This record gives sequence, structure tokens and C-alpha cells, in this order.
Amino acid sequence: MTSPAAAGRVRRLSPRKRAQRVRWVQYAVLVVAVVVLVSVADLPQIQKVFFRGDLIVDTLTQGLGRALFNTVAYALGAFVLGLVLGTILALMRLSSVGPYRWIATVYIEFFRGLPAIIVLLAFGLLPLAFPGLEIPFGIYGTVWSALGIVAAAYMAETIRAGIQAVPKGQVEAARSLGMPAGAATRKIVLPQAFRIVTPPLTNELILVVKDSSLAYIIGLSSTSFDLTKYGRDLANTNANLTPLVIAGLCYLLITLPLTFAVRRMEAKTARAR
Amino acid sequence: MTTHPSPTRTSSPPGDAVVEITDLRKSFGSVEVLTNITTAISQGEVVCVIGPSGSGKSTLLRCINLLEQPTGGTVLVDGIDVTDPDCDIDRVRSRMGMVFQQFNLFSHLTVLDNCTVAQQVVHRRDKSQAEQVARSNLEKVGLADRADAFPAQLSGGQQQRVAIARALSMEPDLMLFDEPTSALDPELVGDVLAVMRRLASEGMTMIVVTHEMAFAREVADRVIFMDGGVIVEEGHPDRVIGDPQHHRTRTFLKRVLDPTHVDPDADVEPGDDRRAQIKEAELSARGEPRVSSDMRDQRF
Repeated sequence: MTSPAAAGRVRRLSPRKRAQRVRWVQYAVLVVAVVVLVSVADLPQIQKVFFRGDLIVDTLTQGLGRALFNTVAYALGAFVLGLVLGTILALMRLSSVGPYRWIATVYIEFFRGLPAIIVLLAFGLLPLAFPGLEIPFGIYGTVWSALGIVAAAYMAETIRAGIQAVPKGQVEAARSLGMPAGAATRKIVLPQAFRIVTPPLTNELILVVKDSSLAYIIGLSSTSFDLTKYGRDLANTNANLTPLVIAGLCYLLITLPLTFAVRRMEAKTARAR
Repeated sequence: MTTHPSPTRTSSPPGDAVVEITDLRKSFGSVEVLTNITTAISQGEVVCVIGPSGSGKSTLLRCINLLEQPTGGTVLVDGIDVTDPDCDIDRVRSRMGMVFQQFNLFSHLTVLDNCTVAQQVVHRRDKSQAEQVARSNLEKVGLADRADAFPAQLSGGQQQRVAIARALSMEPDLMLFDEPTSALDPELVGDVLAVMRRLASEGMTMIVVTHEMAFAREVADRVIFMDGGVIVEEGHPDRVIGDPQHHRTRTFLKRVLDPTHVDPDADVEPGDDRRAQIKEAELSARGEPRVSSDMRDQRF
């Protein structure tokens, strides 16, 4: 029998020692999990399903470039349209004219609440519903308007928050120099607001890139396939996932450099904040 | 007492008043911040407005260039009534520089661009012409070498001097200063005051809301003491600061000039409640997330 004090000293670990043991346990769990996965997994089968060599070549050569271009084109057009429309909506939300505020609010709540796919379907069917109506730029115009209109609803709220985050003293200074309200907004408020909302807008751009995969719903011809549709068709034909994996990697090829570029840009403009 | 004639005013002919304020009233909600202010500022005059926090000094200044919409009365600037809805306020403002307590430099623009942007928009000057004006004014405030810096890279004192150069680049007839040194570290105050002193000696008409009594005494042609939204006393600085006639002026000056002084017969200042009320009304009017109501009307 040891005394209680001595027992305490033996049994109780110091917090640092305990933390170290916890870490060991975490590493051990990780190692066990990996070992189990590797021993259970049928590696050749996985390779055949996800990374089949001949299918990689097929995917790369049968029009991946075109699909990549289409995805970028759909997303970029929709984003630009959304940005312009979103800015107008944000200014409307802040307007002193009541009806403008109401219209903007209704628009934002409406299109934020709808699935993008419904808006896309609606735009795809518009020419049928209105005979003679033709959306300019064909399939591109349809995707741009549908996705842009949805993106605008999200971006409007972001941009509005950015405008409101610009200190009021900035407007007062501009107005006190004799600048009219519109010029103060264009030259002073909006540039600062966009600087503030660059990170959330990047997020929005990435969302639009991914939403462009919904374009298939309006029925695309093979030259207007986006990455997802292209990869899915090849995957279906071959009953193999390799084309989808390639398509997925292509999305990362778009979004990762984008994130990186924006981060660089932010660091550069940080000195002006 | 509110319309107390000042010695300086009687010495200048009434015709060359740059600013004429008559029965000016301003309320924020139910709180009346300015009550029947009447005064005039002549060409070349330097007027310092002093008074306790919450006396309505800043609001008076902001009513002159209509950053606040007066509730009643008239404000004539160069004979133009700025309270008249038909008045082209942007044009009047372009001849009236304003320097803010918080500098309010455009943070996304360089020092040079801060001084050129309004010239290009308002005076329609081309870039090189605007830059020439800007550089000469930056030289004047001693910051010609920082033209390419961004505001965030400057000290508070430098930022305030840029703000003065920015206002001067519009070539105003009148400069309004709203506590220009109150947000500065004490060792940076001197540079800003030196620039203002020089401006005054060059004959610029200036209205300065300030707590710098030594500056007011040295530079001002006239001092206006405000408390509770009225002009309590105005006149030559030697009289208002050196030999104040009114009890409230004396109490205020004692507090400012000797903060350790305790007034034996004034445990609670009778005006304190009203001052707190005014200050709160002023702050809540300016602190709302949107641009103040009268600015909003003109916004889009």
C-alpha cells in the first residue's frame, strides 16, 4: 500500500505528457486505418475503375479541351452578368426610392429561393413558350442569363454589405469636395466596396463554375458539352468512372489557380487599405 | 446674447460676408441641437468656434456645407442660400473646403489621386493640370515627397495635412475645419496647426471648430463660444478667452485650461444633461449605417 500522495504522483500524468500520449493514440489510429484500407482495397480494381489508362487517353483526346472551354465560358459569362446585375440590385436596395428597394428585395428573395436548375429549365423552354423569341448567343446566352440571374441575387447581398462597410466619412469627404452623388458612388464608394467583397465574390465565382455543370439540363449538343456532361457521357458509355475523375480534376484546374490569384491580388492591394 | 455683435464684424463692411447665418435651427428627432444661431463670417476672417462637447459646434459647421440639413433658418454662402432646394449645392461645396476630425482620406487612392479626383470630376481639369495643382498644394503642406504613398502608410498628422491639401486643390474661398487635431497624437498636432496658421496668414477665410485654445487665441480674429446649441459669447479672442464675460464661458475655459481645477460652487454643471442629450443626438444621427438622411436623398 502506497500513501495517497505517492499514488497520485505515480498515476497522474502531467498535462503535457497526457497531450503527448493522446497524440500517439491519434497517430496509431491513423496508421491502423490506412493499413486496413490498403489491405482490404482491391488496388488493381480501383485503378481499373478510376484511372484506366486507355480511357484517360480517350477522355483527353475526344474533346476535353472543348468541354473545358465551355465550362469556363458558361461560368465567366454568368459571373460577369451576375456582377453587373448584382451591383445594380445592390444600389437599388440602398436607393432612397422605395419601389426600387422593394423590387430589388423581391428579386433577391425570389431567385435565392429557387433551385438554379429550375431557372435553367425555364430559360431553356422560353423559346418554346414564346414562339419567335430567340435568346442571343444561342445556348451560351441561355446559360449565361439563367445562371447570371441566379448569381446576381446572391452577389447583390454581398455587394450591398460591401457598400455599407465603406465608412460614411468617405462619402461625406467626396460630397464636401463638390462631387455629385453619382460620381462619389462610382469613384469612391464602389472601388472600396469591391475591394472589401473580393473574397466573398471569389467564392461566388467558384460556385458559378460548379453550377455551370447544370447546363446539361437544357439539352446540349456535343460541341456545347460542359465538363460534367462530357465526363458523364463517356463514363456511361464505358461503364467506368475514369472520365468523371478527369472532369473533376479539370474543375480543380480552374478553381485552384483562381483562389491563388485572388489571394495574391489581395496581398498586393492590402497596402491600399 | 445669441446675436451678440462682435467687434471684428462691425469693423468689416457687411457686404463682403462670405457666410451669413440667420436664425439657424437644427433638430435631430426631438432634440434641438442648434437654436436660432445668427452670425456672419467676413472675407479673410478666421473664426474659431469653441465650446464643450455637445454644444452643437460641429453641427453648425456641417450645416454650412449642408452635410446636415438645417431644420430652419437660412445659411448664405457667397450670397447663395444653401438651404434653398434650388441651390446647386455641389457647386457651392466645391468652393468650400472641409477638413474632418477623422481625416477621411480616400483609402483606395494615393495621396496624389486623393488631391486630383475631385478636381477632375468637379472642375473638369485634365489629369496633368489637376496633378500640377495637387503637387503645389502638397508642397505647401510639406508632403510633396509622399505623393505616391497610400493614406494607410502615413501618420495621422500627415494624413490630416493631405486632407488640407486635398481641400485646397479645389481652390476654395472658405475652409471649414471640424476639430482637425482632436484625433491626433499630441506630438503631431503642431505640424497641422502650423499649416493652418500659414493658411490664415495668407488671408484664407476659415471657420475652425477646435479645442486648441492657444491656437484660437493666436490665430483667430474672432472666437465664438457655444454651449447648449446657442452662441453664448463671441468676440475678439483676447476678450472671449482672455476676459470672458459669461459664467458658462468662464467655467468651460477653467475646465479646458486647467483640467485639475475644481469649481467649488458647481458640483453639477446645469447644462450637462442638455449637452449629453445633444451629443447623443448628433452621434446617433451620424452613426446610422446609411448615409445621413439628407445625404441619402441626393445619393442616386
